[in-house]
Amino acid sequence: MKKVINDFKMNVAAKSVNESFCRAVMGAFAALCDPTVEELSDIRTAVSEAVTNCIVHGYREQTGRIYIDAALLEGNVLRIKIRDKGCGIEDVSAAMEPLFTTAGGERSGLGFTVMESFSDSLKVRSKPGKGTAVTLTKKITGKCDG
Amino acid sequence: MTITLDGAEMTAHITGEIDHHTAAFLRSGIDAAFVRQKPKTLILDFSGVTFMDSSGVGLALGRYKKTKETRCTLVLAGLNERDKRMMKLSGMQKMEGIEFR
Repeated sequence: MKKVINDFKMNVAAKSVNESFCRAVMGAFAALCDPTVEELSDIRTAVSEAVTNCIVHGYREQTGRIYIDAALLEGNVLRIKIRDKGCGIEDVSAAMEPLFTTAGGERSGLGFTVMESFSDSLKVRSKPGKGTAVTLTKKITGKCDG
Repeated sequence: MTITLDGAEMTAHITGEIDHHTAAFLRSGIDAAFVRQKPKTLILDFSGVTFMDSSGVGLALGRYKKTKETRCTLVLAGLNERDKRMMKLSGMQKMEGIEFR
């Protein structure tokens, strides 16, 4: 287990208006590590996808909260866990296939694909009826302030 | 977002951030103008976009369904390399009736 240098936790209402708020907060936290512009964009994009998944797929038409737990680990690794207590995913491996979507219409089905593309590792845990937790890590090339 | 017309060419100049929240407003604005103007070419100009997640891909794919129905060409313009890469994850570069500029 890598040592935690810094961390924060927050939870927000699962409202689409909070998508930009969540990625702004995560961007500010990551900025403590002096990331490159590209690393910062990758983090903001991956977080935006995960938060959107909670709203669109986790809670659907219901209200709920999104729980974010982020840590800067030794070795300049940012670990971000984003969790909902929504409907969960029946088949996680199918949901992670590119272009898979249950939302139809205007969703591209690329949420997990983009998260994978823009982070170094991605773990998805889900229980139908209980919710989904996504944990992603991203190595930052800058220097973290402890 | 502003929409301009040049003959049968309609351009949606998108600005700011595209996510699931903002995509809904962009979609309704573009679709309303598209139905009214019936263009032969629809250009989505992303040069003013400061952030985009896969909702931007969904926005483009959704408009493609509309342009395909009316045999209109969809042009995706002004994408930075990163957003172009995201668009291409959907296989859009291989679809008939879509151009990247």
